[in-house]
Amino acid sequence: MPLEQLDELYREIILDHYKSPRNRAVPAEANVKAEGKNPLCGDEITLEVRVEDGVVRDVGLQGKGCSISLSSGSMMTEAIKGKPLAEATALLAGFKELMRGHEPGVELGDLEALGGVRKFPVRVKCALLAWTTLEQGLKGHNKVG
Amino acid sequence: MSYDVAAVRRDFPILSRVVHGKPLVYLDNAATSQKPRQVIDALVKYYTEYNANIHRGVYLLSQEATEVYEQAREKVAKFINSPGFESIIFTRNTTEAINLVAYAWGRGNISAGDEIVLSGMEHHSNMVPWQLLAKERGATLRFVEVLDDGTLNIEQLYSLINGRTKLVAMTQMSNVLGTITPVEEIVRAAHDQGALCLIDGAQSAAHLPVDVQQLGCDFFAFSAHKMLGPTGVGVLYGRRELLEEMPPFLGGGDMIMSVSLREATWNDLPYKFEAGTPNIADVIAFGEAVDYLARLGMKNVRQHEKELTAYALAALGELGPDIRIFGPRHAEQKGGVISFEYGGIHPHDLGTALDYEGVAIRAGHHCAQPLMERLGVPATARASFYLYNTKEEVDVLVSALKKARAYFGDAVRTA
Ligand SMILES: Cc1ncc(COP(=O)(O)O)c(C=O)c1O
Repeated sequence: MPLEQLDELYREIILDHYKSPRNRAVPAEANVKAEGKNPLCGDEITLEVRVEDGVVRDVGLQGKGCSISLSSGSMMTEAIKGKPLAEATALLAGFKELMRGHEPGVELGDLEALGGVRKFPVRVKCALLAWTTLEQGLKGHNKVG
Repeated sequence: MSYDVAAVRRDFPILSRVVHGKPLVYLDNAATSQKPRQVIDALVKYYTEYNANIHRGVYLLSQEATEVYEQAREKVAKFINSPGFESIIFTRNTTEAINLVAYAWGRGNISAGDEIVLSGMEHHSNMVPWQLLAKERGATLRFVEVLDDGTLNIEQLYSLINGRTKLVAMTQMSNVLGTITPVEEIVRAAHDQGALCLIDGAQSAAHLPVDVQQLGCDFFAFSAHKMLGPTGVGVLYGRRELLEEMPPFLGGGDMIMSVSLREATWNDLPYKFEAGTPNIADVIAFGEAVDYLARLGMKNVRQHEKELTAYALAALGELGPDIRIFGPRHAEQKGGVISFEYGGIHPHDLGTALDYEGVAIRAGHHCAQPLMERLGVPATARASFYLYNTKEEVDVLVSALKKARAYFGDAVRTA
């Protein structure tokens, strides 16, 4: 049955994050905030992060979107939480590479499951939404800090 | 009368395509329609037998091409009952046709304090050109609201149109909700206050019998690609007296009578508005599309789609409380366009899942973001029918939706 081919895109881990997204609470004393929008699908997310001493101490992501954008965001929060900014930025760069069909150059862990999205060009934007939002937020933070 | 949908389907080669191992069920007709063999053949015939530029060649090929191009104009004029071919201007699409009016008519007739009345269900292409014009001229846009049942608040229309209103621009059929608007009444309301009326016929010309004289509208815009024709061709119908007075939209070859170094005089209608080499091949093929529709009869097309829409509304309704259908619930009030939300599944996920069952639907804001806001949703899934769709295809849609629901499960309402 062709719907089973969908599993290539919607890997179990993706559906799991979609159905039970992690890190939805707004972090206390967040000092990075960014909003991301994908008007084409109407997706809207808000990302808040507390960065202390160059480390991502806490992160929260809220919003609405499709399974790909929400699960990518949920996985991102798990991946960057507790990481030094430099590592978070490396993950960001690596994930972008993955979406371009290149070698990520870093260990992406669960995020590798999103590699299947590449075959669905319109969905790549969905997968990237949380990440580009993070990028924006960090840019602002770096300027301030 | 019997409408032979099986015979119609045989004319559309693409309908025998298989996608992801499943027969194609094409339900994105509001975006663009498929093309019958007759239209595709006309393109090939032009390029293989009489390809030449038009309106200036003294040789046979050019004469042939000119003749068939102009015949297409005559066919289009007859199709919408235009009083003459002079009122039929070929553009690239509906969007360009509306922009033509916004520039060539709007810049000469709209000034500070004037008002333009639109509706809340317009496609971006019947919204943005007026926003640009209003901003440039200091004019004001007013909007007739969309009611909860997906129809327009016509009472409100009367209170919005006043002595300052210069133009009412509205769609005859919503590309999101399928709503058919009372165009004759809208035109009358505009004219009663001395305003002009432009109708966006991008959807309606493809699915309803259209008679511009009966509608009484001043401008009517539509696209070939949504009505069996090729991409790259649109039509602006304009009342002749208005077109005569309007300055050209684009300047260049073909639209002039004579040119000196510093000035030019304009060609006659409709050529004044067709600068440069037009899309000859596609206009010619569009003539075939119009023939095809006329042969079937737009009343029959409408009847077929109405039955299909009624069937689909009932079948989707049976999916229970999980489905939310936007817009009018009676096929009488709408074209074959059904926007919906299902099982809390994001429209993009639905669209992808359905694709694997061979079903092509649209997911997104359908170029009508203000309407999405009114509906309170970021996006919808949309199935839209045409003259070749069948009840069996509606059944495939419904069963594919059920499969998608099972696949994504229950817990997807977290967002
Ligand atoms: C109601 C309506 N108006 C205008 C348009 C724009 O048509 P085009 O893209 O061919 O210019 C569309 C097409 O989506 C439409 O549905």
